[in-house]
Amino acid sequence: MTPIVAPATDNRPDNGADLLLPVPDEDGAPFWEYAARGELRVQACADCDELRFPPRPCCPHCQSFAARWQRMSGRGRIWSYVLPHPPLLPAYAEQPGYNAIVVELAEAPRIRLVGNLVTAADAPLNSVDPARLRIGAPVKAVFHTMPGGVTVPRWLLERP
Amino acid sequence: MGATLKDATAIAGIGQTPFARQLPESEKTLACRAIVAALDDAGIAPSEVDAFASYTMEETDEVEIAKAIGAGDVTHFSKVGYGGGGSCATVAHLAAAIATGQASVGVAWRSRKRGSGPRPWKNTRVQLPTPGQWTRPFGLLRPADEIGMLARRYMHEYGATRDHLFNVALACRNRANQNPAAIMYERPLTREMYMTARWISEPLCLFDNCLETDGALACVVVAAERARDCRQRPVYVHSAAQGLPAQHHGMVNYWNDDPLTGPAWTAARHLWKGADLGPQDVDVAQIYDAFTPLIPLSLEGYGFCGRGEGAAFTEGGALEIGGRLPLNTGGGGLSEAYVHGFNLITEGVKQLRGTSTAQVPDAATCLVTAGEGVPTSALLLRS
Repeated sequence: MTPIVAPATDNRPDNGADLLLPVPDEDGAPFWEYAARGELRVQACADCDELRFPPRPCCPHCQSFAARWQRMSGRGRIWSYVLPHPPLLPAYAEQPGYNAIVVELAEAPRIRLVGNLVTAADAPLNSVDPARLRIGAPVKAVFHTMPGGVTVPRWLLERP
Repeated sequence: MGATLKDATAIAGIGQTPFARQLPESEKTLACRAIVAALDDAGIAPSEVDAFASYTMEETDEVEIAKAIGAGDVTHFSKVGYGGGGSCATVAHLAAAIATGQASVGVAWRSRKRGSGPRPWKNTRVQLPTPGQWTRPFGLLRPADEIGMLARRYMHEYGATRDHLFNVALACRNRANQNPAAIMYERPLTREMYMTARWISEPLCLFDNCLETDGALACVVVAAERARDCRQRPVYVHSAAQGLPAQHHGMVNYWNDDPLTGPAWTAARHLWKGADLGPQDVDVAQIYDAFTPLIPLSLEGYGFCGRGEGAAFTEGGALEIGGRLPLNTGGGGLSEAYVHGFNLITEGVKQLRGTSTAQVPDAATCLVTAGEGVPTSALLLRS
């Protein structure tokens, strides 16, 4: 597959600061490639159909090495969240009140993704009032292309 | 029947350096000081040491230590991974090696300069190893953020509150206030200080986090028979366990069926299986406290209470001296020193020798645990 993710040294300003870019491994690369096409996909066993996350070479359910990437609806619920405060890497410290959330996917609650709740795909990480964060709140995925060309899923409240 | 670990070995010596935010000496020097002190405590010559165990994150290799202290020929050495999850396993590995005749005098140690050393979240490079692709770009940067995520969910599911976390921080601080070696000696904590402290990662505040510390500790493990001839009262390794649960994923433990069931549950099953005792028999506990929420989770995991009851367990002074389960009697990682949990082992030994600065009267059994959230380990010690 063609690498679509810039190397770590290519971190460039995003919302005014250098956010970290994902550095995929061989197993994770398809996730980011689908994200670049605006698709949220999760690795599934091609033999027994069990979904698994994070991606890995072997199905823990049936030990098959055959995998496919299943498209998800992009809908989920906030499972938990934190509001990190300094000391932080500068890019994150410059967005005080930002959130990091864990989303459980609607069709597969055991599949949970770390992300950010934002008001729009390209909005800053601190664009949502922290008071609006609530465990169980329904969310939907959007995709944001970071400077450096990497696309990451982010999350919007279903009922903004 | 094969060799059994139960009471086959004992901790015969302990040693430590001072704890501080900054110590001038190198990690290697600190390690040697702690080890030489532990051997002296046991009354065993360094030339008799033939086994070493430490952590993968320990930067001083056993070859350096062996050379520096003048160890003899070494026949067993081992390093345990996962940071603070490895503390008790170092002793467990030595106990297993000695119980099966692979070695006779083992030294476990941890030397650390996290007070004056680099902070990982200030270095972009170290933020980007492969597993970080799923978390770091979203600003989930530090262990405090990762545990804060679990803590928020725990509070939501089981009604735990910040007051419960304060109970943990307070018990550790109160014990540190009795311990002249503790960094937080003579620095009392109040509820007001806790509730108004700055956030680190909401819902965790400053006092929910351990201390970044320079310092080193060590202990000496020998066969039980030999320990009885050493200088100090032996502290027997009654049971030991490691735990890496099915489908576990490091500290970012969000991908299990129940992420609030961590490695403690796995280690506990094995620990109690190998013991003549149960949680009800534990007189004092040293439970890994890099972050306050690890205490209620561990209390549940090690069977002191039921699922979701760990927070309520902390009420009514339960964790204080005289309470239901006196906790971290040297002050723990929260208030004595954060040395990847090794101070919890040596404090357990002090309790069973009757020499703790916050002595539990007649303490005869002590649970010591390693980092919860990461692949972990635990020891059940008895006098």
